[in-house]
Amino acid sequence: MPARPRPLSPHLQIYRWQIGNSLSILHRATGVALAFGLVALSFWLVSLAGGAASYRVASRAFQSPIGLLFLVGWSFAFFYHLLNGVRHLFWDAGLGFERRSRHASGWFAVVGAVVATAALWALLSHWGRL
Amino acid sequence: MSLRSPLGRVLGTGSAKEGTQQWWAERVSSVALVPLTLWFLCSLLLLPSLDFEVIHAWMAVPTSGLLSILLVAVSTYHAYLGTNVIVEDYVHAHGMKLLLLLSLRFLYVLCGGAGIFAILRIAFGPS
Repeated sequence: MPARPRPLSPHLQIYRWQIGNSLSILHRATGVALAFGLVALSFWLVSLAGGAASYRVASRAFQSPIGLLFLVGWSFAFFYHLLNGVRHLFWDAGLGFERRSRHASGWFAVVGAVVATAALWALLSHWGRL
Repeated sequence: MSLRSPLGRVLGTGSAKEGTQQWWAERVSSVALVPLTLWFLCSLLLLPSLDFEVIHAWMAVPTSGLLSILLVAVSTYHAYLGTNVIVEDYVHAHGMKLLLLLSLRFLYVLCGGAGIFAILRIAFGPS
Protein backbone atom coordinates (compact mmCIF):
# COMPACT_ATOMS: atom_id res chain seq x y z
CA MET A 1 0.00 0.00 0.00
CA PRO A 2 1.35 3.46 -0.84
CA ALA A 3 1.80 5.82 2.10
CA ARG A 4 -0.71 8.25 0.57
CA PRO A 5 -3.14 7.90 -2.32
CA ARG A 6 -1.75 8.41 -5.78
CA PRO A 7 -2.44 11.84 -7.26
CA LEU A 8 -5.44 11.97 -9.56
CA SER A 9 -5.66 14.01 -12.73
CA PRO A 10 -7.93 17.06 -12.40
CA HIS A 11 -11.52 16.02 -12.95
CA LEU A 12 -14.68 17.96 -13.78
CA GLN A 13 -15.03 19.56 -10.34
CA ILE A 14 -11.65 21.29 -10.53
CA TYR A 15 -11.48 21.91 -14.27
CA ARG A 16 -11.93 25.54 -15.36
CA TRP A 17 -14.90 25.48 -17.71
CA GLN A 18 -14.27 27.01 -21.07
CA ILE A 19 -15.67 26.75 -24.55
CA GLY A 20 -13.43 23.85 -25.59
CA ASN A 21 -14.45 21.31 -22.98
CA SER A 22 -18.08 22.52 -22.92
CA LEU A 23 -18.46 21.94 -26.66
CA SER A 24 -16.73 18.57 -26.41
CA ILE A 25 -19.20 17.45 -23.75
CA LEU A 26 -22.07 18.88 -25.81
CA HIS A 27 -20.88 16.86 -28.80
CA ARG A 28 -21.13 13.62 -26.84
CA ALA A 29 -24.45 14.60 -25.27
CA THR A 30 -26.00 15.46 -28.64
CA GLY A 31 -24.61 12.20 -30.04
CA VAL A 32 -26.38 10.21 -27.32
CA ALA A 33 -29.58 12.18 -27.91
CA LEU A 34 -29.39 11.42 -31.63
CA ALA A 35 -28.86 7.71 -30.89
CA PHE A 36 -32.19 7.79 -29.02
CA GLY A 37 -33.60 9.68 -32.00
CA LEU A 38 -32.87 6.64 -34.18
CA VAL A 39 -35.52 4.76 -32.21
CA ALA A 40 -38.00 7.51 -33.10
CA LEU A 41 -36.93 7.37 -36.75
CA SER A 42 -37.50 3.61 -36.90
CA PHE A 43 -40.83 3.98 -35.09
CA TRP A 44 -41.88 6.56 -37.73
CA LEU A 45 -40.74 4.32 -40.62
CA VAL A 46 -42.55 1.28 -39.21
CA SER A 47 -45.71 3.35 -38.73
CA LEU A 48 -45.42 4.50 -42.36
CA ALA A 49 -45.08 0.90 -43.57
CA GLY A 50 -48.04 -0.11 -41.41
CA GLY A 51 -50.53 2.01 -43.34
CA ALA A 52 -52.52 5.23 -42.98
CA ALA A 53 -54.00 4.38 -39.57
CA SER A 54 -50.70 3.62 -37.82
CA TYR A 55 -49.05 6.63 -39.53
CA ARG A 56 -51.80 8.84 -38.08
CA VAL A 57 -51.05 7.51 -34.57
CA ALA A 58 -47.33 8.26 -34.99
CA SER A 59 -48.02 11.71 -36.47
CA ARG A 60 -50.25 12.56 -33.55
CA ALA A 61 -47.53 11.48 -31.11
CA PHE A 62 -44.90 13.60 -32.88
CA GLN A 63 -47.25 16.61 -33.11
CA SER A 64 -48.16 16.52 -29.42
CA PRO A 65 -46.45 19.19 -27.27
CA ILE A 66 -44.00 16.63 -25.84
CA GLY A 67 -43.39 15.15 -29.28
CA LEU A 68 -42.64 18.59 -30.73
CA LEU A 69 -40.32 19.36 -27.80
CA PHE A 70 -38.36 16.19 -28.59
CA LEU A 71 -38.28 17.00 -32.32
CA VAL A 72 -36.97 20.52 -31.67
CA GLY A 73 -34.34 19.04 -29.35
CA TRP A 74 -33.32 16.42 -31.90
CA SER A 75 -33.10 19.02 -34.67
CA PHE A 76 -30.76 21.16 -32.54
CA ALA A 77 -28.75 18.07 -31.59
CA PHE A 78 -28.51 17.13 -35.27
CA PHE A 79 -27.34 20.57 -36.46
CA TYR A 80 -24.84 20.94 -33.62
CA HIS A 81 -23.44 17.39 -33.99
CA LEU A 82 -23.18 17.95 -37.76
CA LEU A 83 -21.35 21.30 -37.52
CA ASN A 84 -19.10 20.24 -34.64
CA GLY A 85 -18.48 16.91 -36.40
CA VAL A 86 -17.19 18.75 -39.46
CA ARG A 87 -15.02 20.76 -37.04
CA HIS A 88 -13.61 17.47 -35.74
CA LEU A 89 -12.93 16.29 -39.32
CA PHE A 90 -10.89 19.45 -39.97
CA TRP A 91 -8.91 18.76 -36.80
CA ASP A 92 -8.33 15.18 -37.95
CA ALA A 93 -6.88 16.65 -41.14
CA GLY A 94 -4.53 18.72 -38.96
CA LEU A 95 -6.28 22.04 -39.60
CA GLY A 96 -7.71 24.70 -37.29
CA PHE A 97 -5.80 23.99 -34.07
CA GLU A 98 -4.82 27.61 -33.43
CA ARG A 99 -6.52 29.23 -30.45
CA ARG A 100 -8.29 31.80 -32.62
CA SER A 101 -9.68 29.40 -35.22
CA ARG A 102 -10.56 26.84 -32.51
CA HIS A 103 -12.69 29.38 -30.68
CA ALA A 104 -14.15 30.85 -33.87
CA SER A 105 -15.16 27.43 -35.25
CA GLY A 106 -16.60 26.47 -31.85
CA TRP A 107 -18.81 29.53 -31.68
CA PHE A 108 -19.76 28.99 -35.31
CA ALA A 109 -20.97 25.46 -34.48
CA VAL A 110 -23.10 26.64 -31.52
CA VAL A 111 -24.55 29.75 -33.13
CA GLY A 112 -24.98 27.97 -36.47
CA ALA A 113 -26.92 25.15 -34.79
CA VAL A 114 -29.22 27.60 -32.98
CA VAL A 115 -29.82 29.59 -36.19
CA ALA A 116 -30.43 26.43 -38.28
CA THR A 117 -32.86 25.05 -35.68
CA ALA A 118 -34.76 28.34 -35.54
CA ALA A 119 -34.82 28.57 -39.35
CA LEU A 120 -36.09 24.98 -39.71
CA TRP A 121 -38.98 25.44 -37.32
CA ALA A 122 -39.83 28.89 -38.65
CA LEU A 123 -40.02 27.34 -42.12
CA LEU A 124 -42.13 24.40 -40.90
CA SER A 125 -44.57 26.70 -39.12
CA HIS A 126 -44.65 29.12 -42.08
CA TRP A 127 -45.56 26.26 -44.42
CA GLY A 128 -48.19 25.04 -41.96
CA ARG A 129 -46.60 21.63 -41.37
CA LEU A 130 -46.93 21.58 -37.59
CA MET B 1 19.76 -3.36 -34.32
CA SER B 2 16.57 -4.48 -32.67
CA LEU B 3 16.22 -4.20 -28.92
CA ARG B 4 13.43 -6.76 -28.87
CA SER B 5 14.11 -10.06 -27.16
CA PRO B 6 14.11 -13.22 -29.28
CA LEU B 7 11.21 -14.58 -27.22
CA GLY B 8 9.16 -11.43 -27.80
CA ARG B 9 9.81 -11.65 -31.51
CA VAL B 10 8.74 -15.29 -31.66
CA LEU B 11 5.57 -14.63 -29.67
CA GLY B 12 4.76 -11.60 -31.82
CA THR B 13 4.34 -9.31 -28.81
CA GLY B 14 4.51 -5.56 -29.09
CA SER B 15 1.88 -3.22 -30.43
CA ALA B 16 -1.50 -4.78 -31.15
CA LYS B 17 -1.25 -3.41 -34.73
CA GLU B 18 -4.94 -2.71 -34.61
CA GLY B 19 -7.28 -0.43 -32.71
CA THR B 20 -7.53 2.46 -35.12
CA GLN B 21 -10.27 0.75 -37.16
CA GLN B 22 -13.05 1.87 -34.85
CA TRP B 23 -11.82 5.46 -34.87
CA TRP B 24 -11.45 5.41 -38.65
CA ALA B 25 -14.86 3.77 -39.21
CA GLU B 26 -16.45 6.51 -37.11
CA ARG B 27 -14.88 9.19 -39.36
CA VAL B 28 -15.80 7.41 -42.60
CA SER B 29 -19.43 6.93 -41.51
CA SER B 30 -19.58 10.58 -40.38
CA VAL B 31 -18.45 11.73 -43.84
CA ALA B 32 -21.17 9.58 -45.44
CA LEU B 33 -23.79 10.92 -43.04
CA VAL B 34 -23.27 14.57 -44.01
CA PRO B 35 -24.91 14.23 -47.48
CA LEU B 36 -27.32 11.45 -46.38
CA THR B 37 -28.86 13.35 -43.47
CA LEU B 38 -29.05 16.64 -45.37
CA TRP B 39 -30.67 14.85 -48.34
CA PHE B 40 -33.27 13.27 -46.03
CA LEU B 41 -34.07 16.54 -44.28
CA CYS B 42 -34.29 18.58 -47.51
CA SER B 43 -36.41 15.92 -49.25
CA LEU B 44 -38.96 15.89 -46.44
CA LEU B 45 -39.02 19.69 -46.37
CA LEU B 46 -39.54 19.98 -50.13
CA LEU B 47 -42.49 17.55 -50.20
CA PRO B 48 -45.85 19.34 -50.54
CA SER B 49 -47.03 17.91 -47.20
CA LEU B 50 -46.23 15.34 -44.54
CA ASP B 51 -49.49 13.42 -45.14
CA PHE B 52 -49.45 9.63 -45.36
CA GLU B 53 -50.11 9.37 -49.13
CA VAL B 54 -47.36 11.90 -49.98
CA ILE B 55 -44.69 10.38 -47.74
CA HIS B 56 -45.59 6.79 -48.67
CA ALA B 57 -45.44 7.54 -52.41
CA TRP B 58 -42.12 9.36 -51.97
CA MET B 59 -40.61 6.46 -49.98
CA ALA B 60 -41.75 3.97 -52.64
CA VAL B 61 -39.54 5.69 -55.25
CA PRO B 62 -36.36 3.54 -55.63
CA THR B 63 -33.92 6.44 -55.04
CA SER B 64 -35.68 7.52 -51.82
CA GLY B 65 -35.88 3.93 -50.59
CA LEU B 66 -32.24 3.13 -51.28
CA LEU B 67 -30.89 6.36 -49.76
CA SER B 68 -33.20 5.98 -46.73
CA ILE B 69 -31.94 2.44 -46.15
CA LEU B 70 -28.36 3.74 -46.35
CA LEU B 71 -29.27 6.55 -43.94
CA VAL B 72 -30.72 4.12 -41.37
CA ALA B 73 -27.82 1.67 -41.76
CA VAL B 74 -24.98 4.20 -41.62
CA SER B 75 -26.47 6.32 -38.82
CA THR B 76 -27.14 3.18 -36.74
CA TYR B 77 -23.54 2.05 -37.31
CA HIS B 78 -22.20 5.51 -36.44
CA ALA B 79 -24.33 5.66 -33.27
CA TYR B 80 -23.16 2.15 -32.33
CA LEU B 81 -19.50 3.17 -32.66
CA GLY B 82 -20.01 6.44 -30.77
CA THR B 83 -22.00 5.08 -27.84
CA ASN B 84 -19.58 2.14 -27.54
CA VAL B 85 -16.73 4.59 -26.94
CA ILE B 86 -18.80 6.42 -24.33
CA VAL B 87 -19.59 3.18 -22.47
CA GLU B 88 -15.92 2.11 -22.64
CA ASP B 89 -14.87 5.54 -21.30
CA TYR B 90 -17.23 5.81 -18.36
CA VAL B 91 -18.33 2.30 -17.32
CA HIS B 92 -15.52 0.55 -15.51
CA ALA B 93 -17.28 -2.37 -13.82
CA HIS B 94 -16.57 -5.32 -16.11
CA GLY B 95 -19.98 -7.01 -15.90
CA MET B 96 -21.93 -3.79 -16.33
CA LYS B 97 -19.76 -2.77 -19.28
CA LEU B 98 -20.28 -6.12 -21.01
CA LEU B 99 -24.02 -6.00 -20.36
CA LEU B 100 -24.33 -2.46 -21.73
CA LEU B 101 -22.20 -3.14 -24.83
CA LEU B 102 -24.14 -6.30 -25.62
CA SER B 103 -27.60 -4.82 -25.09
CA LEU B 104 -26.72 -1.70 -27.08
CA ARG B 105 -25.54 -3.87 -29.94
CA PHE B 106 -28.74 -5.96 -29.92
CA LEU B 107 -30.89 -2.82 -29.69
CA TYR B 108 -29.14 -1.19 -32.64
CA VAL B 109 -29.56 -4.27 -34.81
CA LEU B 110 -33.23 -4.54 -33.80
CA CYS B 111 -33.96 -0.84 -34.31
CA GLY B 112 -32.00 -0.47 -37.57
CA GLY B 113 -33.36 -3.77 -38.86
CA ALA B 114 -36.94 -2.67 -38.17
CA GLY B 115 -36.37 0.64 -39.98
CA ILE B 116 -34.81 -1.04 -43.03
CA PHE B 117 -37.51 -3.73 -43.09
CA ALA B 118 -40.17 -1.00 -43.03
CA ILE B 119 -38.57 0.76 -46.01
CA LEU B 120 -38.30 -2.52 -47.96
CA ARG B 121 -41.94 -3.26 -47.22
CA ILE B 122 -42.94 0.12 -48.61
CA ALA B 123 -40.75 -0.46 -51.68
CA PHE B 124 -41.84 -4.03 -52.45
CA GLY B 125 -45.03 -4.57 -50.46
CA PRO B 126 -48.65 -3.82 -51.38
CA SER B 127 -49.07 -0.13 -52.15
